[in-house]
Amino acid sequence: MTTIPATRLTLPRWLNLPLVLGFFLVLFWLAATIAAPWMTGHAPLDMVGRRLQPPSWDHLLGTDALGRDVLSRTLHGARHSIPIAVTVVAFAVTIGACLGALAGFVGGIVDTVIMRLVDVTLSFPPMLLAMAVAASLGPGLENAAIAMVAVWWPIYARLMRAQVLEVREREHVEAAIASGATQTRVLTRHVLPLCWTPVLISATMDLGQVILLAASLSFIGLGATPPTPEWGSMIADGASQFYSWWVALGPGLAILTIVLGFNFIGDGLHDYFDPRSK
Amino acid sequence: MIRYILRRLIAMPFLVLGIVTLAFLLTSVTKGDPLTAIVSDRQMNNPEVVAAAKARWGLDRSLPERYAIYVGNLVQGDMGTSFITRRPVAQDVMFRLPATMELVTAAMIVGATIGISLGVLAAYFRNTVIDHTARLFALFGSSIPVFWLGLALLYVFSVQWGVLPGPGRLDARATPPTTITGFMTIDTLLAGDIRLFLDAVWHLILPAFVLGWAVAGTISRLVRANMLEILSRDFILTARAKGAGEFRVVIRHALRNTLVPTLTVIGYSFAYLLTGAVLTETIFSWPGMGSYAVEAARGLDFPAIIGVTIVGGIIFLVVNLLTDIAYVIANPRVRLG
Amino acid sequence: MNAHPPLFEVRDLRVAFGRNGTFAEAVRGISLHVDHGEVLGIVGESGSGKSVGMLAALGLQPEGARVSGSVRFKGRELVGLPRRDLRELRGSRIAMIFQDPLSSLNPVMTIGAQISEAVHLHNPDLSRRAVIDRARDLLALVAIPQPDRRLHQYPHEFSGGMRQRVMIAMAVANDPDLLIADEPTTALDVTVQAQIMDVLADLQARLKLGLVLITHDLGVLAGHADRVAVVYAGEVVEQAGVDDLFARPGHPYTRGLIASIPDMTAQKDRLFSIEGTPPALGRLPAGCAFNPRCVNAQEICRHQAPPTLRRGDHSAACHFAFAGTESAA
Repeated sequence: MTTIPATRLTLPRWLNLPLVLGFFLVLFWLAATIAAPWMTGHAPLDMVGRRLQPPSWDHLLGTDALGRDVLSRTLHGARHSIPIAVTVVAFAVTIGACLGALAGFVGGIVDTVIMRLVDVTLSFPPMLLAMAVAASLGPGLENAAIAMVAVWWPIYARLMRAQVLEVREREHVEAAIASGATQTRVLTRHVLPLCWTPVLISATMDLGQVILLAASLSFIGLGATPPTPEWGSMIADGASQFYSWWVALGPGLAILTIVLGFNFIGDGLHDYFDPRSK
Repeated sequence: MIRYILRRLIAMPFLVLGIVTLAFLLTSVTKGDPLTAIVSDRQMNNPEVVAAAKARWGLDRSLPERYAIYVGNLVQGDMGTSFITRRPVAQDVMFRLPATMELVTAAMIVGATIGISLGVLAAYFRNTVIDHTARLFALFGSSIPVFWLGLALLYVFSVQWGVLPGPGRLDARATPPTTITGFMTIDTLLAGDIRLFLDAVWHLILPAFVLGWAVAGTISRLVRANMLEILSRDFILTARAKGAGEFRVVIRHALRNTLVPTLTVIGYSFAYLLTGAVLTETIFSWPGMGSYAVEAARGLDFPAIIGVTIVGGIIFLVVNLLTDIAYVIANPRVRLG
Repeated sequence: MNAHPPLFEVRDLRVAFGRNGTFAEAVRGISLHVDHGEVLGIVGESGSGKSVGMLAALGLQPEGARVSGSVRFKGRELVGLPRRDLRELRGSRIAMIFQDPLSSLNPVMTIGAQISEAVHLHNPDLSRRAVIDRARDLLALVAIPQPDRRLHQYPHEFSGGMRQRVMIAMAVANDPDLLIADEPTTALDVTVQAQIMDVLADLQARLKLGLVLITHDLGVLAGHADRVAVVYAGEVVEQAGVDDLFARPGHPYTRGLIASIPDMTAQKDRLFSIEGTPPALGRLPAGCAFNPRCVNAQEICRHQAPPTLRRGDHSAACHFAFAGTESAA
């Protein structure tokens, strides 16, 4: 029969390996977002070497079709992808949470209208809807961002509504209503403060997925426009230089590591909050 | 539960109407002038074409009237004419739908097979190397951008090692069989050409894996969690006390009990597959709806992109409904209770 | 040494659970035996190790548990036996039924499939037809009406008592020599408990089963057991013939258990119950494990583990067993 090993490294319960790994991956890319110009030897748009050079000591990830340093462009890419993702999620959370709270708190026809809109929006495969919206608005990063907000807000609306409905039933809220507090006061002082945490945690976890979606849109030409060192469009460059594999390597690894970072954090938090699943 | 399904069935037309409405609104808010969403820039100078389009879509009327005309046209299967192919969008979409369905089905099979096997192994050997590997595999699956993964695998397996074929559904030199179902694997079989059939399957492997990986990850995590729960139940002890072997205990007794949630997650993963198919098809030159949508989006071919979006939404709705029905059928307690 | 080894003999069985490298014994050296056709009752509070011990004897201990000691079935050592050989014994020669028949039956398999499986596993050559016939006969054997229809139903379509009958049918599917019944009536309504005990007793007599009846209710054993082993904190504290045990209990714990049996004839106002709770796993008091709860504990009980005293077939692990038994209670 199996026996349990005699010694085991004991860590504080909140500090599990996925969480730590995720934290460092995300931290690295946050650092790149702030400090990319000082981390790299070249500006992202400078043509610094010969075209399509494979990785060497001068250019660790090689050069692209215009002779730009792929590593520099990759690190600078964080300055586009991460702010976009944060902005998109911020808008989606604001819109979604407001509508969700409204639906949950007011109920009735308002609830029905908002939640049917949520249902319909979520009836589309997200990528197709984002493409349709982005194409309708025309190419460009701002329009792609608007498209992503349009696809993403219903998720938070559902989450927020469920939270509000749950918190509303708690005793302290019923007590506040009984003691004659106004509707607005009950909502802002007694309900909403208790609803934010899960919504914000879920929003943070979604950053990785939003980065993926943004890169996907850019990859098919609906996001960032060419000279911008955005990861998705860099991979599109790589696809057109298929035999120079290094052109797409840097941006691919960049997306992989940062999304993996967020997923690790989500996984670690899941372990922490639900130890049964371990 | 039966009532729930009925309610879902009744809600279906309304959701479809919602999809259509949203799509209509998209076309009418486009850059202020809805004409640009129907007539391509090149034909804008041709007054005859412009007049015909205006009459057909009622562009000189009010918004509600236009909406009625739009829905009317859709009901007759008219989704407008593609700027790029100059063919009716409905015809284009129907022509390309089978390739997408074939790819998505193959990816689902790959994803479910890998996902269920890994999930079962991870649960049975929990907290061992097997478990941790399965977890990493799942996390990578949901973190790798499919378009990059497709490029990387094509480069390694097709260009460098030459063990798997390049993009496309068949060898470029092969003569495709007569299109009957539009599923290359089925059409080659119907044509009685086994070599061509194997070639079609051969071409499916890479794109199906690229698309199926993330789904495999999701499925494996769900199966693992459910298996852990089921394996701790009393009837597992009963099965062992009967003298059943471990394989039998795990497959016949435990896995069968996780079938319902597994089926559900496989069904719902369809959304992801349709999304991923857009990008996978682009990488693998797969002549399906996804690559059609990408070409349409790049060329600002509005009738095409809106058409694909509507069809995608409806497929998605139908699959989710089928998933719920399958849930009822697979669950004896719900079915009979 | 006996010429005929007992049907089932457990000697110094120990089961330990580990956490962070330290092990705590849930079963601390249990020894007992069952003969052919004999009913042995094992009684003790929940968590006393009685179920874990019996499961471990058949190799069904939870993952990570460490088992030592000796378990012999018809003279054959089971501890350390290859899994394959153990599997062949389980369900054919040794069968088990459990406390909660609802959770013990697979919810997504028909009753017929589950009974058939028990038959098929140990008779792989039997035809499908024959297996199903056998399953139907088994349902009839445990007095389930309309067995043909019942075979195609799922566990949730059965009542609690009917489910336990199904469990019994499944257990006796291959005419076992030994049946281990772990609290077979605890999860059932009071009204059907007696029926299930009757079914068990009837089958035990008809099939000449060796029966191990695990329970927390000594009263159940009065009418059904030949001998009784009382388990406390992972040890057998007293073992005797059933009449002897009730007439002359040697261990204060046994006396407490007897006193707490609800008496239907004498209308007592309040049920007697033993003060305190059994020790937690790995937190045994010094001396006799029962001393903190014992009404007549002396100084020696707090320092020295009691020896097992014997009087004929009657044994009890108490410093004061058999000494002034009559006056103590």
